[in-house]
Amino acid sequence: MKIIVCVKQVPDTSGKVAVNPDGTLNRASMAAITNPDDLNAVEAALVLKEQTGAEVIVVSMGPPPAEGMLREVMARGVDRAVLVSAREFGGSDTYATSQILAAAIDKIGVDKDDIVMCGRQAIDGDTAQVGPQIAEKLGLPQVSYAAEITKEGDTITVKRMLEDGYMTIKVKTPCLITCIKELNTPRYMSVGGIYECYSKPYEIFDYNTLKDHPFIDKDTIGLSGSPTNILTSFTPPQKGAGMMLEGADKATCEQLAGILAKKHMI
Amino acid sequence: MDFHLSKEQEMVRKMYREFAETEVKPLAEEIDEEERFPMETVEKMAKLGMMGIYFPKEYGGAGGDVLSYAMCVEELAKVCGTTAVIVSAHTSLCCAPIFEHGTEEQKKKYLPDLCSGKKIGAFGLTEPGAGTDASRQQTTAIKNENGDYVLNGTKCFITNGNVADTFVVMAMTDKSKGNRGISAFIVEKDFPGFSTGKHEKKMGIRGSSTCDLIFEDCVVPKENLLGKEGQGFKIAMMTLDGGRIGIASQALGLAEGAIQEAVKYTQERVQFGMRLSQMQNTQFQLADMECRTQAAQHLVYAAAMKKQEHGDYSKEASMAKLFAAETASDVTRRAVQLFGGYGYTREYPVERMMRDAKITEIYEGTSEVQRMVIAKYMGVK
Repeated sequence: MKIIVCVKQVPDTSGKVAVNPDGTLNRASMAAITNPDDLNAVEAALVLKEQTGAEVIVVSMGPPPAEGMLREVMARGVDRAVLVSAREFGGSDTYATSQILAAAIDKIGVDKDDIVMCGRQAIDGDTAQVGPQIAEKLGLPQVSYAAEITKEGDTITVKRMLEDGYMTIKVKTPCLITCIKELNTPRYMSVGGIYECYSKPYEIFDYNTLKDHPFIDKDTIGLSGSPTNILTSFTPPQKGAGMMLEGADKATCEQLAGILAKKHMI
Repeated sequence: MDFHLSKEQEMVRKMYREFAETEVKPLAEEIDEEERFPMETVEKMAKLGMMGIYFPKEYGGAGGDVLSYAMCVEELAKVCGTTAVIVSAHTSLCCAPIFEHGTEEQKKKYLPDLCSGKKIGAFGLTEPGAGTDASRQQTTAIKNENGDYVLNGTKCFITNGNVADTFVVMAMTDKSKGNRGISAFIVEKDFPGFSTGKHEKKMGIRGSSTCDLIFEDCVVPKENLLGKEGQGFKIAMMTLDGGRIGIASQALGLAEGAIQEAVKYTQERVQFGMRLSQMQNTQFQLADMECRTQAAQHLVYAAAMKKQEHGDYSKEASMAKLFAAETASDVTRRAVQLFGGYGYTREYPVERMMRDAKITEIYEGTSEVQRMVIAKYMGVK
């Protein structure tokens, strides 16, 4: 059994966010971290590994320095890592990225008992599109927003956390699950794991590795193959302090109704 | 000296820092106030391999290096002096002598549980009448008819004493031989005739366990003699050399932690219409604190790297401990001064850091002892 986890290196948005003059994110001047939701997916995979003995493989698409992040993930207990990296893949939007990642995951191989896991969404783009698109391309059943995962035989029970409640569904392997932060608390790297992580298997899938895969087509990968066009990026203005109305008398209620009506909220 | 950290060392420091900030810092004030040993933190550190950092995996260690151990104690001490000394005493004073002087059987029997943190270690050398003058040991170890040793006496000020399972203890096997009559033993807490005394109430590192070890006809099996008979004093001194790297790292971390707090506070506190950090006195104070602390870090890392390379690191360890300890006391005192009245209250952590720093000038060899060691290595007689 294998669990393949997709992880992404993202700029740390908890610190200062740097923006280029053209409005795009200045990634070079911001600290890079592992996308938080992806660490929840890694943790879920490691818990399943402890229960089943599964092999856990992480896959990331990004430039060569992403190796550092992948080694850190291996220091938490992941068995091996694949970095998908090539100039031809640069500038990919979610459609092109999922095309390339699906090809990489297909090359690793998704067998009957296997699970693919992703974080719900990355903190840089916040699209939550890549996981579901990979599932579609690989023809795998997908379960998003997993807040609880239990596995019995080839059946996985997932408690999905939705805006208005929970939904519990069962799915058979192979499948793809996207994970949210409520699922678990990611473990720390261990000292032993850190001193082992540079001797664990690490592969780079470049363009030549994947070019013969049916998903890899110059028209559907990289910047030119990405249907998304970014017109501009900007930081939305900060919300001001809210307005407080006090009292339950008729005049206050009318005032409240008036404000809401003016804002077309009622 | 090349202080370029390896990728693993960079990564392990990042992990210690995250762990210290998330798991250790929130408890630091409480365990100091309540004089409570943070067993829950020890259990978490154990899972991460922090209780056996530089010992080989075959003995249950994490397979790291001495510098990564020093950095662990440093990062913990930045936020909690107590948690730092728990790791330091356990590693340097119990795991290390067993690893360095134990037989293969002793290493296989004791190290896996110690390195995995299932058991906590401690070290018994100091006695009421044998502090800096450690050779005046009164605890005796007399062979019985089975060839086992019967220990009688009292050790005092033993770090981790009330929580430890395994102790490395010095006792006189032949009083007529002076230093050469001292031997080292591995003692388990369940050995008959062994008990611990009351918890010492201390000025600082108040969450750490400090107590007497009492031996009343305590029978220690002959296979628990560490090294050979008469080698105890040498083993104790070599152990303290390593321990000094741990305490120097603790002192370094305390100084760094106090600087972090002082920088943060002086950038917020406004007096005379300006932030304290805008005043030249504050800038000069912080610059001096930073310089001394950076210099201490160089000495500490140099000592750790020399131990890793199996060189004679006694002088380096003594210099690191002397300078880092006096730096910690100086820097934490200055931090309290920068905080003014608030620094003297328990609302802010710098008074705790100042109390914690003082012990680093005293235990595992006072600053005066370090000067004696350094002068000896300089050939000054």
